[in-house]
Amino acid sequence: MLQPHEMSPDQLRARYEALLDAARHRAKASAVAVHPGHIPDGSALLHETIPGGWYWSARLRRGTALRLANPHGTHGVSALFWNADDPSERYNAADTVKVQWTTHLTTGSLLLSDMGRVLMSVIADSGHGHDALLGGSTPETNRRRYGAEGLRNSRENLQLAAAKHGLDPRDVGPCLTFFASIRTDGDGAFHWQKDGAQPGAAIDLRAEMNVIAAISNCPHPLSPDPAYAPKPVTAIVWTPPPVGPDDPCRTAGIEAERAFVNTERFFGP
Amino acid sequence: MSAPVRHEADAILDEVIPARRPWSHVVRRGEVLRLIDTHGQQAVDFLLYNAHDFGERYSAQDTWALGGRAYLGLGSVLVSNAGRPMATIVADTCGNHDTAAGCCSVESNTVRFGHETRYMHACRENFILELGRHGMSKRDIVPNINFFMYVPIRPDGELTVVDGISSPGNYVDLHAKMDVLCVISNCPQLNNPCNNFDPTPIRAVIWAAQP
Repeated sequence: MLQPHEMSPDQLRARYEALLDAARHRAKASAVAVHPGHIPDGSALLHETIPGGWYWSARLRRGTALRLANPHGTHGVSALFWNADDPSERYNAADTVKVQWTTHLTTGSLLLSDMGRVLMSVIADSGHGHDALLGGSTPETNRRRYGAEGLRNSRENLQLAAAKHGLDPRDVGPCLTFFASIRTDGDGAFHWQKDGAQPGAAIDLRAEMNVIAAISNCPHPLSPDPAYAPKPVTAIVWTPPPVGPDDPCRTAGIEAERAFVNTERFFGP
Repeated sequence: MSAPVRHEADAILDEVIPARRPWSHVVRRGEVLRLIDTHGQQAVDFLLYNAHDFGERYSAQDTWALGGRAYLGLGSVLVSNAGRPMATIVADTCGNHDTAAGCCSVESNTVRFGHETRYMHACRENFILELGRHGMSKRDIVPNINFFMYVPIRPDGELTVVDGISSPGNYVDLHAKMDVLCVISNCPQLNNPCNNFDPTPIRAVIWAAQP
């Protein structure tokens, strides 16, 4: 096999375009949506209601899953994830969208770390849309949006959650926001899509490493609601069925397979 | 009001940053940093830190929240994680710069392009070494700006690094709003079209603050 440094520009371009074509083919075929179902009796390990405006965090063991459910249709729930065994490795917003060739996260998508490994995989999703670009609210976005000081926000919530695990603000990079669907138009302008925050939306994320998860229940900066009115959401940690070789997250594409290989190498042979 | 013309002869710094190499420099409040894509189609990975408190650094998400648009260009305000303006783009002959796709790394290259790309130089290697000179580490790297790199995001969510749209000599001027440490990786990537598969030198020029 020709090594990359031996390839001509034309050969490198052809390889890139083949990967892009494969990604577009997968996007068109779009994986079968799996809706978060009933959690089998006895497999729930922890159940938490996160009040509007507040945050929560937990250590998730590799192989367990986190369900986030939005019963009342609150406008976004922001999140960050770190490798609990070495928190210098964390969720990487840029690699997550670049490697998967899309900002659209749903069943079968991966949340990738900066080390080319899988932190979390989306094993089920009600499919109403999430925001992998803009992130969450900050003191400044709340000030501009609501004209008020001191409203709880995701930037500070995630810093607080990180602090409870020995981390500091340097460890709090760009986050992602579930239950907030954002469309990027032809000029690059961002638009809130109301579908994302539907009452009853839910997502199941399986931890592929030992993970510190931080969740902030504050409205997305593009929420159209003129009032600051976050509603409670639930977080359930549970034990999903073990991962098989035909796991749909793992087989979602060549990039996903390689990210899982990197993850397994971290845990040793 | 027309923008002041900046003559290169009046610059207080004028340096060539070789292909594939890192660079850093403190740009004082009021100074203007020009980055010139001398050969065209060369991605310039760019990070900003408050020179007096490295904990305050460029934030793509805060920049988007203020600007409302995925791509950066003339008039964009580069905002810190404390919500403060660090610099503004006061001239831009290219437009549509990326701040979604981050920098390349040997690790993400293995995922995107195969494990055989593990031993090819990447921007994050440059960033780690250059930040190390200032007492920072991998933890301090956040998704950066990629000047002269074009990454269209489609309404259906597709995000793709495509051929650069910069011509030889295109430049972008940044007006510093605070003293900022600017850190650059002149991107060595050969696995996608961001450098037209041929990384080239760029130039950095700085002018003093106007009285």
